[in-house]
Order: sequence, then structure tokens, then C-alpha cells
Amino acid sequence: MNSPEKVELGADLTIAVNGVTVTYSNGHTALEEASFELKQGCICALVGVNGSGKSTLFKALMGFVIPSRGQVLVSGRPVLEAQKNNWIAYVPQTEEVDWTFPVSVSDVVLMGRYGHMNFLRIASAKDKRIVEESLKKVEMWDYRSRQIGELSGGQKKRVFLARALAQESRIILLDEPFTGVDVNTESAIIDLMRDLRRRGRIILVSTHNLGSVPDFCDHAVLINRRILAWGALHEVFTEENITKTFGGVLRHFHLDKSTVDESDGRSVTLLTDDERPLVLGKGGHLERRHLTESGEQNL
Amino acid sequence: MIFDPLIPFQYDYMQKAIWVSTLVGGVCGLLSCFMTLKGWSLMGDALSHSIIPGVVVAYGLGLPIAVGAFVAGLLAAGLIGWIKEIVSLRDDAMIGVVFTTFFAIGLLLISLYPSPINLKMIVFGNILGISDQDIRQLLWISAICLITILLLWRDLFLWCFDPIQARVIGFPVRFLKFILLSLLTLTAVAALQTVGVCLVVAMLVTPGATAYLLTDRFSSMMGIAFFLGAITSFLGAYFSYFLDGSVGGSIIVLQTIIFLLAWIYAPKHGILAMKKGKNLSLLTEVKQT
Repeated sequence: MNSPEKVELGADLTIAVNGVTVTYSNGHTALEEASFELKQGCICALVGVNGSGKSTLFKALMGFVIPSRGQVLVSGRPVLEAQKNNWIAYVPQTEEVDWTFPVSVSDVVLMGRYGHMNFLRIASAKDKRIVEESLKKVEMWDYRSRQIGELSGGQKKRVFLARALAQESRIILLDEPFTGVDVNTESAIIDLMRDLRRRGRIILVSTHNLGSVPDFCDHAVLINRRILAWGALHEVFTEENITKTFGGVLRHFHLDKSTVDESDGRSVTLLTDDERPLVLGKGGHLERRHLTESGEQNL
Repeated sequence: MIFDPLIPFQYDYMQKAIWVSTLVGGVCGLLSCFMTLKGWSLMGDALSHSIIPGVVVAYGLGLPIAVGAFVAGLLAAGLIGWIKEIVSLRDDAMIGVVFTTFFAIGLLLISLYPSPINLKMIVFGNILGISDQDIRQLLWISAICLITILLLWRDLFLWCFDPIQARVIGFPVRFLKFILLSLLTLTAVAALQTVGVCLVVAMLVTPGATAYLLTDRFSSMMGIAFFLGAITSFLGAYFSYFLDGSVGGSIIVLQTIIFLLAWIYAPKHGILAMKKGKNLSLLTEVKQT
């Protein structure tokens, strides 16, 4: 692997975070000795409370902050190189941009193609085709001429997703993708992520919404300024680890009898931080249903 | 005496004033789109005042005033950025302190070292007495600004709209900010000579704000703002002859009138349309219930 251009899409794709420590100029250490590794074709949840260093880790992955110790490698290359090669896409939270801007839905998605265009940013037929495909995938093609401010929360999210799709990146970072979206958009987002996983991408989803994690993730990184646990979902997503991650913020409900799953003797635990609760079986394991689902890619 | 609408064009100085104003107005209009969307109106005001010491020193040294203004403008912008990092003050407070200091230094220099530029010129502009050398400078400035915006407007727009995305796809965001600041100081010098320091910010905001109300597409916003900036400057300079009044004053009053008209009558974002839209949606709600 001499030059990054030679890496086939998906082949050899890895993210390696090696002992990354990020200290901001005000002296606050947001991330300490973070290490984990992800391989192609996975959807990984980045789980932690607000202020746990999730967004700092994202910034390190996007090359926005330079770690004071350690490094982030993408397929063995420095992250800034990955950024220059358009390998990384980011789907922000909808509040992060000004929706009153005079720009149409298709123009926003076309911006995802800028990295592929020459410096005048003149769209080729291919760029236009990819924009159309991306908009159709998120079912927003009919809204292509709308000014972005006229969209609902879920539609705004879909536009950002289409932009990330149009970018054709190998790594997609999503920041709290389910905040303020409707149920349909939520399942559309999950379907898209599974599709991207099949095509060998790495998808990293920052969330504090515990309950939805087992629905679509196969890996998880639990974070609270340090990496508390990382790996395959069914190994790390346990009551013990999650309690450690969320500290005292969680509410615990132990129910003696439920109809959730026969195999765990119908005993369940609910963990929630006021969002959709996470349901665990006896002994703090994931439900059988999720185990088979997250093993889907291995089949 | 018979009223002759072509009288202003019989005077060389009026012709120059009208055409130079038109060009500068157009360029400022184009840039005003970025100012209004980036939220840099205050920054524009600040920079237009901060360039004064640069203008004075450049005159003293015999350099083109655009060069002096450029250096002083970037110095002020850099200073604002630097103080922002070390002092926890609100942005507007810092901008206020820095630009008034620069302006004060400029005034002090003018009063201490007599030079061809006087206070009146800076406050009201000097379009009627503009020298050919200054016109050449304005032409250069306009050409540079037009070409830069023509080449980079998509990048600049993305950076204004979603700076994070701009960084993610590897845009040189610091460079883009530097470009926009540079364009701002250059047009500020141009506008300074046309309408004077106090009215620069109007040239750099009002056409963009008006165009914003009239369209939902950035490309047409730029077209409208360019056209409005140019036509109001043309007409403002032209009418100032008959009014026997200030050129800058006429231009800005005209721009404001058009802004007000757009604010009231704009097809979608005007207050009448919004009121109508509200009534319509109320009506449909009533019908539905």
C-alpha cells in the first residue's frame, strides 16, 4: 500500500485511534489515552453522556484537533491525508447550520461533490447523476428545488444524509442522527447505514440514545473522557459497562418477569437516560433478537 | 430654463463620479451578499473605520492608498482575532474597542501631519474630486474583487453556510477567511472614496439584505445585489447633481428606499406576503377543523 489512491474502496479500510489525548488551549483535557480500532463494514456506536469527549473524538477523526499525544490513522495513513482524499463525511446535527440561507436542497447535496470537482466547482454530468441518486435514496428528490428552511426536522436530516452519500466517502460520522426526527426518517437512516455497511464503509454514530443502539450497531465504543470499553456490541454493551459509562445519570428498572425473551427466563433490565430504554436480559446481556441481528454481517 | 436630464453628463467630473460610483456600487453589492449571510455587518463597519490610519500613512509615504488600507484592515482583523483568543470578552465589545482605536489613531495622524486628505474627505468621500490615479486604483480593486468572487463564490458560500463541512472536505478555511477579509478591506477603500467612512457599511450590507428578501437562490441573490448596488449608485450620483447634495447620501438613501420596498412587497419574504401567507394558513386550518 504505497499511495492512498491505490486502496480500493472498502479494501484495507481501518480506523486506528492510538492513545489519543486531546487537551484544549484552556487546559481542559477532553480525551485521555483513547485507543480503539474499527475495520471496514461496520456500524459503530459512540456512546457517552454529554461532555464525555464524543465530539472531541469526532473532531480528532476529522482532523480538526491535533492530539497532544497519540494519533489517528485511517488505513495506516494520517487523518489529514484521509480528509484531503475525501474519505471522511460528516452528518451534523441540524442545529449546526443556518437554515435561512438562500440555498436549495439539491444545491446542498451538490456541495457534497465539491471535493470531487475542479477548483471552479462546476458540476459534471456524473456529479448531477450522483446528486439525483443520493436524493432519491433518502426520498427527497421531489423536494430538490425547495429552499432548505421549508423542510421539517426529519427532512433536513435526510438532506444532510444525501450530501454525505453524494460525497462517496469511506468513513461516515453521524452526530446524534435521531435527535428531532420522525420514526420514518429514523428507520430510513438505519436502512441507509446498513446499505453502506454492506458496501464496506465504516459508520460511526455518536449517540446517547441507548435503546436504539442494538437496533443497528454491530460495534460500540463506550466513552467517558477515556475509552471504557470497545469491541463487538454483544461483548461490550453490558449493564456493567453502560452503568460505568453513564455514572449516576441512568435510571435502573429491574423487572422480575417479562414477555421479552424466553431464553433469559423472562427477566429483563431497563436502562434509560430519559430516551428510549435499553432492554437487557438476565445477567446484563443483550436480547437474543439483537444478537442475531448484529451478527448479520458475518453471515 | 429648460430642464435637461443630460446636463450631469456634460461635466467631466460628474461623468467620472457617476461611472465610478456605479462600478464600486456593483462590487460592494456583490460582496454584501457574503457580509449579510456571514453576519459580518459589524465587521464591515469596523474594518472601514480601521483602514483610516493605513490610508493616511500610505499617502504620507507616497504608496497607493489601497495598500495602506489593506495592511491596516488586516492588522485590525488580526488583532480582533488575537484578542478574542486571550480575553474572554464578547465579540462586539472587542470589535468596538479595536476599530475605534484604529480610527482614533487615523484622526490623530491627520491632525498631526497635514496631508492632501482631510477629515471632510474621509467622512463624506471624495467622488466629485477624484483623481485619475485614484480611479485607476478603484478599477484595479474592482477587477480583483470581481475575478476573485467569480472564481471562488461557491467555496466562499459553502464556508459561510457550513464551515464544518468546508473543513471536512478539505477546503482551506483559513485561506477562505483571509480572502473574504481581504475583499472586504479592498472594497471598503473603494467605498470610502465614493460615499465616505460612515456610509461604507451601508454599501456593504443593504444591497445584499435587499436581494436576500427577493430570492431563495444564492446565485440570483448575487445578481440582484450587484445590479441594485450598481443602479442605485448610478442614480444616486446622477440625482445628487440636481439636488446639489452629497453623492454618498443620495446613494444610500436610494438603497434604503429600495430595501424598504422589498421588505414590504417582496413576493415571498415581504411583510405583506407573509401576512397573506399567515391568513391563508389560518384559513385552511379553519376549513380543516
